[in-house]
Amino acid sequence: MSSSINTQCSPGLKRVAIFGGTHGNEMSGITLVNMWMKNAAEIERNGLVTKPFITNPRAVEKCTRYIDTDLNRAFTLANISAPDVEGMPYEVQRAREINRMFGPKGTQDAYDVIFDLHNTTSNMGSTLILESSQDLFNLQMVHYIKKAMAPHTCSVLLNEHPQLKYSTTRSVAKHPIGVEVGPQPQGVLRSNVFESMRTILKHALDFIELFNSGVEFLPCTVEVFRAQERMDYPRDTNGNITAMVHPHLQDCDWEPLSRGDPMFLTFDGRTIPYEGASTVYPTFINEAAYYEKQQAFMTTCREKLTGNALRKA
Amino acid sequence: MASTFLPAVGRIAVCGGTHGNELSGVYLVQEMERMRKEKGDSVWPVPVITVLSNPQAVKECKRYIETDLNRCFSSATLSAPVTDSTPYEVRRAQELNALLGPKESAGAIDLICDLHNTTSNLGLTLIHYTTDDWMTLHICKYLQARATNANQTPTGYPLYETTVYVPFVFVCMCVLTCVVVCTFKKKITRVPVRVLVLDIPISAAYSLETVSKHGFSIEVGPQPTGVIRADIYEVMKEAVDLTMDWIKIFNSGTVFEGGDIEVFILQKSIDYPREPSTRELIAAIHPQLQDRDFCLLKRGDPMFLTFSGETMKYEDDETLHPFFINECAYYEKGIAFHLAKKRKLSIPRMQVQKK
Repeated sequence: MSSSINTQCSPGLKRVAIFGGTHGNEMSGITLVNMWMKNAAEIERNGLVTKPFITNPRAVEKCTRYIDTDLNRAFTLANISAPDVEGMPYEVQRAREINRMFGPKGTQDAYDVIFDLHNTTSNMGSTLILESSQDLFNLQMVHYIKKAMAPHTCSVLLNEHPQLKYSTTRSVAKHPIGVEVGPQPQGVLRSNVFESMRTILKHALDFIELFNSGVEFLPCTVEVFRAQERMDYPRDTNGNITAMVHPHLQDCDWEPLSRGDPMFLTFDGRTIPYEGASTVYPTFINEAAYYEKQQAFMTTCREKLTGNALRKA
Repeated sequence: MASTFLPAVGRIAVCGGTHGNELSGVYLVQEMERMRKEKGDSVWPVPVITVLSNPQAVKECKRYIETDLNRCFSSATLSAPVTDSTPYEVRRAQELNALLGPKESAGAIDLICDLHNTTSNLGLTLIHYTTDDWMTLHICKYLQARATNANQTPTGYPLYETTVYVPFVFVCMCVLTCVVVCTFKKKITRVPVRVLVLDIPISAAYSLETVSKHGFSIEVGPQPTGVIRADIYEVMKEAVDLTMDWIKIFNSGTVFEGGDIEVFILQKSIDYPREPSTRELIAAIHPQLQDRDFCLLKRGDPMFLTFSGETMKYEDDETLHPFFINECAYYEKGIAFHLAKKRKLSIPRMQVQKK
């Protein structure tokens, strides 16, 4: 094990949180966190505090995505720094509380890593979501997880697009990671999806433990899908959708979509093709929660991110 | 063989959004209303009432607002006096009963098709209440005859792994003296088609389709709540179109030969294993049972996989067929899956009563 001048030395990690129930009807994370709150043996690692936490308990109780507003969009600077006011939406109150407990966001006191556990109705398989291409720790961690999960595929979605990125629950931490596994209907617990998510967390915590023990991680290359554009459904003047995701696109997350390929199918049977100039890689295809956010799918482009060697300082 | 004669089908209703987050029916009813505006009532063989059963739940994309609408149609609930505390769905059920019923009366509409989706891998399942409604059973037999792979159990999730289209189906009901029904269909149902019978007396039966003289639910899955899948929508549309075809053929005097129809009859239900004090789940449907609706469940077969890795097995001696495996709306009803017995029902030759 040798250090090169390009090895990044980072401080050891002390505090990790695992969030479930950011959306109250995404059952894998809720079930895992509840399980770990009762018995944390599986998530304990030497020298590390790992805190499982239900972020939106009222939504979980009602098995609904949110009560007043989407918690996973609520961690804006405006929301978390505004003075206390009566009548704030429940999720904004929650965001402020979570920021106090696990942040404050952007400061040295914030938790080192937060894993935020999600499910999707899209056929995304196991997906890790990054918010920055410059976070070497996160890049090395996803590289490790991908290798450990093989031959099971783990895709990496990078969302640092200024218009598309959003203020997530996990963004309170220094190193936020989204864990998104699908397809799973809202309100349903599928055993295979649950176990995949559990395995991802196991590998992630192993990585952190290895890092803390002084292991040097070699320079790495990670293929990621970079978020580009949100594509909405065709809608009428009243805002109602007039077509469905085409059967040839449905379930084809991460597969190429090129000009002329079928994209939507109207209710009276007409195909609407994709008209974009270049080939894209759609994801979040037909996610239930995104109808109200005007998104049928998100386009991405494939990119290779390279990371320097990394070890604990 | 003597025929059973039934009056021609007069008026029918197609209902969507009985559960507001089961979207195929919501959009199909909408599409039918658009077709009516564009092409007029003659687009269907008989007058069709299109209904959005639970408009408030549809607006909020929820199963229900206060209580499950599709449990509000028993005769007792329909005749209960309305007070300030009467739930929204009970009031709505009474409204629908006035529109499409009254239930068990001569004035009730002839047929209701109630459109549903499920998160379970049910393919196309036709749900009906009794074992002796010959018209409904003949319609089910007609739909079932047009499936390509009625005996296959699909594997994997999502359901539709292939996109092979069979362009034609040739269905022939040949008999000694009667009319041959030969139908060339450009599109056919590409999923297994099963018939489920809940053997409950009509007055106690609580679903919307029991308001009319004949009725059944068209249940298509798997589809998540709040999602519309084109493939699932197409299956539901085909089922409704084929039902209209049957009505046209029946009303025109065609004889439908009797015979056997294979049905599944509900026997009982099994709940998830739960923590006794909190009622929280301690296991999920076992991966070897998940998505295998209507397969055989024998003693010793895996049922649940606990979060601590233990397999819980089916212990009963009687081999039955599980269905509605992992339907999301049934967690709160304490149902992990239902179990059914397969039976052959004999249905008589049938034709329309001449005026």
